[in-house]
Amino acid sequence: MKADRIISLAFKAYIWLALLFVFAPILTSFVFSFDANKFAAIPWGGFSTKWYAEAFADPEIAKSLRNTVIVALSSSILATLIGFTAAYTDYRYDFFGKRVYLALAFIPPTIPVIILGVAMLVLLGRIGLSGQLHSVIIAHVVYSLPFAMALIRLRLSQMNKDLEAAAWNLGASQWRALKEIIIPFCLPAIFSALFLTKAVSFDEYAIAWFVSGFNETLPVRILILLQREVSPKVNAIGSLVFIVSMTLVMLAQIVFLMREPGSGKGKRI
Amino acid sequence: MAEPLLVLDGVVKRYDDHTAVHKIDLEIAAGEFIALMGPSGCGKTTTLRMIAGLEAPSEGEIRLRGRRMNDVAPWERDTPLVWQSLALFPFMSVLKNVEFGLKMRNIPAAERTKKAMPWLERVGIAKYRDRKVDQLSGGERQRVALARALVTEPEILLLDEPLSALDAHLVIRMQAELKQLQQQLGITFCYVTHSQSEAFAMADRVAIMAEGRLQQVGPPREVYRAPANRFVAEFVGANNLLSGKVKSIAQGIVMVETAAGIMRARENPLLALLPSDMVTVVVSADRAVVSDSAADGENSLSGTVIGEQFVGAFVTLHLDLGDGRTFRAQLQQHALEPLGQVRGKRLSLRWKPEHTVLLKDK
Repeated sequence: MKADRIISLAFKAYIWLALLFVFAPILTSFVFSFDANKFAAIPWGGFSTKWYAEAFADPEIAKSLRNTVIVALSSSILATLIGFTAAYTDYRYDFFGKRVYLALAFIPPTIPVIILGVAMLVLLGRIGLSGQLHSVIIAHVVYSLPFAMALIRLRLSQMNKDLEAAAWNLGASQWRALKEIIIPFCLPAIFSALFLTKAVSFDEYAIAWFVSGFNETLPVRILILLQREVSPKVNAIGSLVFIVSMTLVMLAQIVFLMREPGSGKGKRI
Repeated sequence: MAEPLLVLDGVVKRYDDHTAVHKIDLEIAAGEFIALMGPSGCGKTTTLRMIAGLEAPSEGEIRLRGRRMNDVAPWERDTPLVWQSLALFPFMSVLKNVEFGLKMRNIPAAERTKKAMPWLERVGIAKYRDRKVDQLSGGERQRVALARALVTEPEILLLDEPLSALDAHLVIRMQAELKQLQQQLGITFCYVTHSQSEAFAMADRVAIMAEGRLQQVGPPREVYRAPANRFVAEFVGANNLLSGKVKSIAQGIVMVETAAGIMRARENPLLALLPSDMVTVVVSADRAVVSDSAADGENSLSGTVIGEQFVGAFVTLHLDLGDGRTFRAQLQQHALEPLGQVRGKRLSLRWKPEHTVLLKDK
């Protein structure tokens, strides 16, 4: 009995150490974003929010934040829309080359972002779409679409195969069945996909760095700031980006796990 | 007979690698309760799905009230189906589920509710109108599925093993309710099942299918008493099959030579039997009279009781005929009592020639 308790405690300690290892840098950044001292050092120079104030006062940072919001909103909506149609195609139809179609659809996140970024730059440059905000939107749609598709595909796989045919049987045309049955059923996954793709876009700096030109997004701005000077402003922005991303990812999780089919609790969003 | 409601005319369904339905001809009259029955994979569900338009026939024609339906989309038909999986819409309330068919016909919301409520009441689920379907029991869900299918007042209702997920005691109750409902509404029910008891309990006619072919169509009593072939004889009821060779035919009685001796069977002129034809004598389990006197001569066998099955007032005896074959005899509990303890006892079986059915072997 005693040995069991020791092992159990050791495991718990191990988990906490691992979590500490993962989150220590973020925690450090978060703590020092409120430090009055310019250089991160112990002891602390006292609590201050001046770095946040400075960060928001910087017109470059404000502009890049606005860009990031525009890119994240547009690319998440587009990626979710395309992700839904791709997942539905996979659910509904059997066709020649379906495996290849699926493999291609899931490839983008497995390509190193540097390579994806360079490739995007070359392609978008060729067709005259590079260096604009919409270049970043296009690139982020490509990159985040598989996440949206995977989530919606998972949801569709939980659906009783007869539901759509039952709707047809009761007089719903294919469009009507899509609107009345498939989309409402997938709604949790659709919201989840919106949040997750927003988070992906909000964080992403490598591809954005290549294709954004002068319309840099917030993560790209952080990179530029870091190259120029080591300012505690970076800690402030970093903490903000982290909080926003984590909130989005957690929302995606919560929404997806809500309203589980057959949970018997009748939970609603 | 007037033009039947639904006609399947040489309907074939082929898939890439197999044929699910081979040339089915079937006429279904308005207002009848017909059961499509057969083991799994016999093509009964495929046939039902073709009637609903969810599968397209490869060959042949399906006509509803004389109209060719082959190319009519499922949503343009009025052939609602009660699904084996029920396929209720999980994110909708009971009322919304039932109203769905009306909504698809663009009936205004107020009128939809007015039309749906009597159906909820009729199947006894009006008090659950605002519940989600996953908060209901199996039997209640079954009723939602039924109300949802009937709300548009169709001429024909298709049912695909709708009771298979219910508890046994509920099945019996639902069978009675379904039959009653069908009679009150006067509409056609086309009911797919693998269960003989379910088909016989409700249907006016049963259509027995095997390997994509119709084996026999007729009223339950007829199918039970006069199976058309070996498959039906084995699938339906508790029949005993004895193979043999025709020895002679005289005065409507066929003498058949079997491994267990000479059997006399009633002649079926349709078979046009000749001496030396290979035939099967079918003896229904409830036609054999069991006694403890010795077997004598024709239409008589003896065997050792190796098993007893009690089902209420009835008991089925399994008798070992001594050559590896068993014979089933069904009798009333009180008829068995004078024989005392029967297990292991040697008993004789006797039946009348007119209680047999002859099948010609192919």
